[in-house]
Amino acid sequence: MTYLDHAATTPMLPEAVAAMTQQLARVGNASSLHASGRGARRTAEQSRERLAEALGARPSEVLFTGGGTESDNLAVKGLFWARRGADPRRTRVVVSPAEHHAVLDSVQWLAEHDHAEITWVDVQPTGEVTPAALADALGDGTDVALVSVMWANNEIGAVSELAALAEVAHAVGVPLHTDAVQAVGQVPVDFAGSGVDALTMTGHKLGGPMGAGLLVLRRDADCTPLLHGGGQERDVRSGTLDVAAIVGLAVATTTSVGNRVERAARVSALRDRLVAGVVARVPDVQLNGPALDAVVAGGPGRLPGNAHLSFPGAEGDALLMLLDANGIECSTGSACSAGVARPSHVLLATGADTDRARSSLRFSLGHTSTDADVDAVLDVIAPVVERARRAGLGRRSA
Amino acid sequence: MKLIAAMSGGVDSAVAAALAVEAGHDVTGVHLALSQHRQQMRSGSRGCCSVEDADDARRVAGELGIPFYVWDMAEQFAEDVVDDFVAEYAAGRTPNPCLRCNEKIKFAAVLDRAQALGFDAVVTGHHARLVDGELRRSVDAAKDQSYVLGVLTERQLAGAVFPLGGMTKERVREIAAERGYAVATKPDSHDICFIPDGDTRGFLDRRLGVAPGPVVDAATGATVGEHRGTHGFTIGQRKGLGVTVGDQRPRYVLGIEPVSRTVTIGTADQAGVDEVLTGAPTWTGPVPELPFGAVVQLRAHGASVPCTVSARDGSTGLRLELHDQQRGVAPGQSAVLYAPDAERGDRVLGQATVFRAGERQASVLS
Repeated sequence: MTYLDHAATTPMLPEAVAAMTQQLARVGNASSLHASGRGARRTAEQSRERLAEALGARPSEVLFTGGGTESDNLAVKGLFWARRGADPRRTRVVVSPAEHHAVLDSVQWLAEHDHAEITWVDVQPTGEVTPAALADALGDGTDVALVSVMWANNEIGAVSELAALAEVAHAVGVPLHTDAVQAVGQVPVDFAGSGVDALTMTGHKLGGPMGAGLLVLRRDADCTPLLHGGGQERDVRSGTLDVAAIVGLAVATTTSVGNRVERAARVSALRDRLVAGVVARVPDVQLNGPALDAVVAGGPGRLPGNAHLSFPGAEGDALLMLLDANGIECSTGSACSAGVARPSHVLLATGADTDRARSSLRFSLGHTSTDADVDAVLDVIAPVVERARRAGLGRRSA
Repeated sequence: MKLIAAMSGGVDSAVAAALAVEAGHDVTGVHLALSQHRQQMRSGSRGCCSVEDADDARRVAGELGIPFYVWDMAEQFAEDVVDDFVAEYAAGRTPNPCLRCNEKIKFAAVLDRAQALGFDAVVTGHHARLVDGELRRSVDAAKDQSYVLGVLTERQLAGAVFPLGGMTKERVREIAAERGYAVATKPDSHDICFIPDGDTRGFLDRRLGVAPGPVVDAATGATVGEHRGTHGFTIGQRKGLGVTVGDQRPRYVLGIEPVSRTVTIGTADQAGVDEVLTGAPTWTGPVPELPFGAVVQLRAHGASVPCTVSARDGSTGLRLELHDQQRGVAPGQSAVLYAPDAERGDRVLGQATVFRAGERQASVLS
């Protein structure tokens, strides 16, 4: 099997599995007052400190959640409610249309159910958000509750310069949330250095467990909770701490942040060979997103493992199916819960036409990727694309 | 063979896929997303189009260990089946959307795509026998679906596999239960899949609007009532006419005239027809030589009637002389022609869309 869908989820690191399974065998609720509880608490807090260090945050800024979707919901809704509560004029949410659905649908929900107004920030043709575009969208900021712009795009790999965006938002007194689910462990992420107010990350994209994530939230950021209960996590996120998952998350994060530079070099070299090989073998291939060697703020301007390609005339889900039959696992980008392929909203947000959006595939490489994986794709890609192009984009445009 | 199993999420297509896998074929499951506004949970009588149905199909594919994908055919379905359904009613005819879906979607758009992607055929859970290219009624007469497959051509049938035609529905459920599929007890879907509440008239009201017109008694020519739109009626309909005529005898819809929006009703003796004129036929195999004798089924779940099939003067259509009078022969329905065969099952010869029906003696037909 050739697994090239690391942006969906990546294999757990063996050291994370070991640390987590060891913890699973231990009893103790981190909120209990006896020795077992204190032990669990100590383990959780050690993990919190290691995570804070890896992310450039203070331990008190690290809030454990059930994953990226929860963190995005908490940040978007919680900051909106708190900011509007403090000043009822703040009804606007400034957001990029290329965000993950966890952000987009949270914002849409606020618009439909809680009188929020959405202002879409223009996205560059390569997928990133510029400080100028954000400044345009913000105006004087008096009516803005929050900004949400992702650090790195999950589909086309575009990295935005969050420090510059946070500066623009802060200049008009607006807090900024960033979904950094794809960024942590792939590009340099420094919470304090970037100045962002809230940052989402999750474990299973960097070798940790599923169902464990973080919202990194500045100490001075007021955030209304979604979950009420025992008052854990600064009273922003109640619920018994999943200590084993937290341990796995901490080990995976420190490891992947620690070896990021070497791994990124190796993975991006594989990715570059994959893209060059596909382009050499298949006519009319389009690379979506930033150039492979793009640079943002001294780091990669594109996620090292991301190769997002359009094959005009073919349908993404036909390509995926034919590659799957050849043992190659990749993604068409966004799919709804029932698995219906839709044209990528990210590509549409960059101004791509529907055919380009429908004919796209994402290969995402990761820590277990090898030259053999790249070779496996290059061996079959030409006949696969040819066949999918014969099947066409449905009869309307065939 | 490399097969695409069209899996609705119901028990029939689940068992059809399972039997294809067990017969040694290389099977890939595909669920067709046909609704543009998919509901999360199944509701009403509809059994194919919700996310829950897709999940049921995925669950069975998972047990079978076969790949499974959802193909979005909603746009084609809306145009070729739903819009056609509405347009036919607007023209005073009575369409059969299941037949149209088989003709345009399952054994056209889906089959074409499957073949282009390197598959040989599409396997479905239809209750009909297909052996050596010959399409025949299912052994389960009550569940037989050969009528809605009668529109398929020789080429389409060459790309179809129907594993269930030789068994009863009861047996299909047993097979599903033996394999532990939760869909073994899933209720049968009925009615029209894109009208889950079963209220066809309400659906057409929303699409076509209310357009009142007279209800006229054929015997007297008198207007005996008013209706809200001709799309609420079908030829031969007895219930829901919304009028009572003095003599209290049952009345039937005899005619629908969409331009003047006139619905004509009459008594049972006026409702019978024994001559049917059709549009151009399609054949499931070699084109038969006219005239010939056959039996014809004039609507889904309708009776089989012996008839003589000949060319319709001055057109590419057919003229069917029915040997017994029939009521409720509606323009827009398919006249599916069968060669009777008690042993191997009546064989489908082909079909043609009913254009007009009447009485030979009355010579109202040209």
